[in-house]
Amino acid sequence: MPVTTKVVKQPNMSFMVRIYFPAIFQGLALTGWHFFRNLTLHILHKFDLFKDVPAAVTYQYPEEKRPLAPRLRSRHRLTKRSNGSPRCVACMMCETVCPAHCIYIVADEHPDPNIEKRPKRFDIDLGICVYCGFCVEACPEDAIRMDTQILDIAAYSREGMYLTMDDLLNPENHGAIVLRDPKRPQPASQ
Amino acid sequence: MPTLTIDGKKITVADGTTVLQACEKLKIDVPRYCYHPGLSIAGNCRICMVEIEKAPKPAISCQTLSTEGMVVRTDTEQVKQVRSHILEFLLVNHPLDCPVCDQAGECYLQDYYMKFGLYDPKFNENKVKKQKKAFPIGPTIMLDQERCILCSRCVRFTDEITKSHEFGIVNRGDHSEVVVSKEFVNPYSGNVADICPVGALTDRDFRFKCRVWYLENSPSVCPGCSRGCSIEIHHNDRKSHRVEPKRVMRLKPRFNEEINKWWICDEGRYNYKFIDDNRILLVKGAEDWPSAVKTLASKLKNLAALSPQSAAFLLSPQQSNEELFLAEQIFAQLFDRSRLFLVRPNALGYQDAFLIKADKNPNTAGARALGFSYAENIVDLLSGEAEKGKLKALYIFGQDIVSLFGDDARKLLKQLEFVVYQGSNRNETAPLCSMTLPAAVYAEQEGTFTNCDGILQRFTPAFAPLPEAREGIQILHDLAVKLGIKCPGPKAREIFARMAEKAHAFKGMNFDRLGRMAQEKAALC
Repeated sequence: MPVTTKVVKQPNMSFMVRIYFPAIFQGLALTGWHFFRNLTLHILHKFDLFKDVPAAVTYQYPEEKRPLAPRLRSRHRLTKRSNGSPRCVACMMCETVCPAHCIYIVADEHPDPNIEKRPKRFDIDLGICVYCGFCVEACPEDAIRMDTQILDIAAYSREGMYLTMDDLLNPENHGAIVLRDPKRPQPASQ
Repeated sequence: MPTLTIDGKKITVADGTTVLQACEKLKIDVPRYCYHPGLSIAGNCRICMVEIEKAPKPAISCQTLSTEGMVVRTDTEQVKQVRSHILEFLLVNHPLDCPVCDQAGECYLQDYYMKFGLYDPKFNENKVKKQKKAFPIGPTIMLDQERCILCSRCVRFTDEITKSHEFGIVNRGDHSEVVVSKEFVNPYSGNVADICPVGALTDRDFRFKCRVWYLENSPSVCPGCSRGCSIEIHHNDRKSHRVEPKRVMRLKPRFNEEINKWWICDEGRYNYKFIDDNRILLVKGAEDWPSAVKTLASKLKNLAALSPQSAAFLLSPQQSNEELFLAEQIFAQLFDRSRLFLVRPNALGYQDAFLIKADKNPNTAGARALGFSYAENIVDLLSGEAEKGKLKALYIFGQDIVSLFGDDARKLLKQLEFVVYQGSNRNETAPLCSMTLPAAVYAEQEGTFTNCDGILQRFTPAFAPLPEAREGIQILHDLAVKLGIKCPGPKAREIFARMAEKAHAFKGMNFDRLGRMAQEKAALC
């Protein structure tokens, strides 16, 4: 079979392009404009002026968080009843549906006979979780949600990625899991 | 012998057969709540309605007798409509708390609603709420009157099977409910949780332990007494590696016409905790299995060369026929046959006229058939020999002789040079022995038990033994190989084949014929 070839025509460069200098100055002008604009705005921000005009397009992470879509699936939390106890009734629907087998629940008798069942343990191993959100969909009690908007999850060990019921009920204590390194002294809450 | 047509298929049944039983013979599934083959017919749940030609209305199949020329249809639109409306009535006061109900997953209400449910319920009235929702009615059973559909199976069970009459249905209409007259203490109480088609009666032992869809189910034989009831082991393989490494979740009866029908006693039902608790995990007295078997073989060889009386073997009626046969094959070659003693590992217990037997061992009849009989005062006998220096070594198969015989046994164990303990669970005897071999329990191995009526039953492993534990027949087979003794094995099938050749009581039996079902069992007597 003969080799097929395609002839690519070189672009016909004009004189202005070929002498190169105008393009250099165009680029310098653009960079310079942004440099002086950002410099001025940063200085003005120091004096609390023009705060609503961002000085650069970069998000200043971690001081500045990137806005997230409200339906984004982020770290899990367990919702609470009005008395602060978990809404979860330990029906194990989420544990059953979980494709990664990262949820572990131990059920217990609830003191209120009308509720009957409650979780004694509710652990999620974030090291295994695939963030599919099936647990949220399967829950008949709206007891688990993935709306904490926490994405920066890091730990020193695999054990550190293990969330207990306490962590899940109080997502505002986020950061505790980063500290839970077996080699370091444990935080007082543990 | 009437001949009737069901869904176009003709069948001839015995006189007195109901339409529902005839449908069962044709493998046509007719829903039922109140009908149970082991109980009398109540006909009160109405879900088993079928269409009978020339009858003006659908009729309940469980109480209608088959008659000559009857034409029955179970799959018409009308039948489906009737079922969905009956279900609507049954669910009038049902709380629909499936997420917290232990029956969910094996509940007939769920199953039939998936098939015939109305899905667009027409019932707008409020459900009747009970003052107390779920409460224990005895040491084993939890009652939830809201979930009850008043099928009266539990009432009939206590009236007809145990004849203790604890249950009753009181009041009328919306107010009717199942009540117990007194605390429900009954040696067969667990069965009411089995026969309850909904989650009204649930097992307290199993309460909230595991969802039923996680359970694997393996057929087995109850080792709790010499009746040898057919059971199912329900075990959870998915979660066992986490914090609580428990495998067996519960035991359930398995239908066996000749032995236990649909029932088992509570003693057998809750006799599963030893499978996961307090197990012997490691070989003691040697580095690992190969070196343990090697040491054991060389010790036994030396002792046999010294005198054929110098060792004693305490066999147990908890062992399978194969294990007993193999032990006899090996040890009777090295030592005198009279050095093999059958020792009862537990005292005689409670018995009744129904299922429970006083002898709490599953294979006493099998051991007898292999020519063993119970040795009396074994520790006195052995102590006498040990004092004279005649007895040097002892091989114990699972008996906790220290708790059985007390200080005498302790003294005996101290006097002896070499004591091997082969067993599954930790006890007072094991630490006093010079070598401990972790053995598998019945749920982890294959074999046969012979029950008190001489019926041979085969059991199969539900799961693999614990990492270090080995099947009894495997241990004996390895030992025989090291000793240079020819023996069949290490599989139960091979040993059974040899046993069927050699042992008179098992002549001509076939391992494959011993199956799950009653008709495939061989009778010994």
